[in-house]
Amino acid sequence: MAEPALGAPTPGALMSADDVARVVDRVAHQLIERAAARGGVPGADAAADGGLSDLVLVGIPTRGAPLARRLASRIEAFTGTAIDVGTVDITLYRDDLRLRGVRALEDTRLPDAGIDGRLVVLVDDVLFSGRSVRAALDALRDLGRPRAVQLAVLVDRGHRELPIRADYVGKNVPTSRSQQVKVKLVETDGVDQVVVSDGAGA
Amino acid sequence: MKRHLLEAADLDLADATLVLDTAAQIDAALAGREVKKLPTLRGRTVVNLFYEDSTRTRISFELAAKRLSADVINFSAKGSSVSKGESLKDTALTLEAMGSDAIVVRHGASGAPHRLAQWVRGSVVNAGDGTHEHPTQALLDAYTIRQRLGRLDGVRVVLVGDVLHSRVARSNVWLLSTLGAEVTVVAPPTLVPVGVGSWPVRVSYDLDAVLPEADVVMMLRVQAERMNASFFPSAREYSRRYGLDARRMELLHDDAIVMHPGPMNRGMEIAAEVADSVRSTIVEQVGNGVSVRMAVLYLLLGGAPE
Repeated sequence: MAEPALGAPTPGALMSADDVARVVDRVAHQLIERAAARGGVPGADAAADGGLSDLVLVGIPTRGAPLARRLASRIEAFTGTAIDVGTVDITLYRDDLRLRGVRALEDTRLPDAGIDGRLVVLVDDVLFSGRSVRAALDALRDLGRPRAVQLAVLVDRGHRELPIRADYVGKNVPTSRSQQVKVKLVETDGVDQVVVSDGAGA
Repeated sequence: MKRHLLEAADLDLADATLVLDTAAQIDAALAGREVKKLPTLRGRTVVNLFYEDSTRTRISFELAAKRLSADVINFSAKGSSVSKGESLKDTALTLEAMGSDAIVVRHGASGAPHRLAQWVRGSVVNAGDGTHEHPTQALLDAYTIRQRLGRLDGVRVVLVGDVLHSRVARSNVWLLSTLGAEVTVVAPPTLVPVGVGSWPVRVSYDLDAVLPEADVVMMLRVQAERMNASFFPSAREYSRRYGLDARRMELLHDDAIVMHPGPMNRGMEIAAEVADSVRSTIVEQVGNGVSVRMAVLYLLLGGAPE
């Protein structure tokens, strides 16, 4: 993908709190529909809940974790089925550790039922180079063997450096490479908002 | 974090807490996993440079480095060119020329890791130098206390025994007081170091008097190999006055724990029934050592080279 700076959004607020809530609702519905279309894994339980018991939402810290929890609570609100949620810290799997300073680690927590044989949907805030997702895939490989892995992101801003794409996208934003896309969430930043700014100094 | 880990006295509250938190996250991330390995330090080389004997520290560092996917070279002075008279400096420069990124050093001379840190470009981790310091032992002790008691601030820790020769005691005194614990040192007068007045500790010579107050009792090994004079009349008398036996354990309150850095002299500073009791964290300490050393290696080597 080569986005010309021409199509880049003007700096400022890209999504409001309402937009974020709408997008989370939409992705939650998409997850429900796909699960129903799959028919779930063979077995009575799975069929009864529309294939949702198969699903595990795994957030990538920092902001993927609260997003995964929100998606799970929306799916539960729409269908009445509780969804397993986890987080996977990818710091120790990053390929740019030697390019940056050392970072503090965040939580890695998986549901008690584990991820073996289930459908894992990785959840992150912004999809950019794809390197975080690759690191998360490496981490998952050490944690178990899911039946399949999918990816849900709030914002896809392009400029992939790896052959990775998202299965569920909240909003596609063709940015210029020098811009910064910052997702803010109530849980971590006190406000729901997506902001685009110019330059690295922002 | 600094580039080296030479002494616990170097660590401020933020750094020490960062190491403990990182160790806890690593513990949680690896718990219940089939593949207990992380790719973090792939392609890095860690040299274990041991001039003194060690079981748990060397194995623990080796395992920690391997779990982070670093390459590990174990070097013990016995059977190397050191027995032909090669100096510490030449040995270190040789190892570095072969591409080591970190040197974990244990040496009989206090201060050897500091000298080493001036000669090499990589990181140096002190794994025990003479009677000076053993910082990773103190970190794993602090981690164990926090795990068992849920806090470090205000915890009353009693260090008992051969304080004079104990690098574990020195490191624990500095680290635990940085972390907010109240440390008391109990030893025969002959085994209390001269400079103890400048330490952030209380000194007592009466073990029975301090035990009811203690949250943590840390027994120190009587280091016979470093004793070039007689510091107490007999092992029996030492054991009677400063050993932790079943009767003394009864003096502790219900939640208090008993620690020992190992190796133990069972029957001397600690009775077998105490070492094997539910209060004892001795086996946990060994397990926690791997997580804490992984955290140290990650924090020293994981980031960008300076």
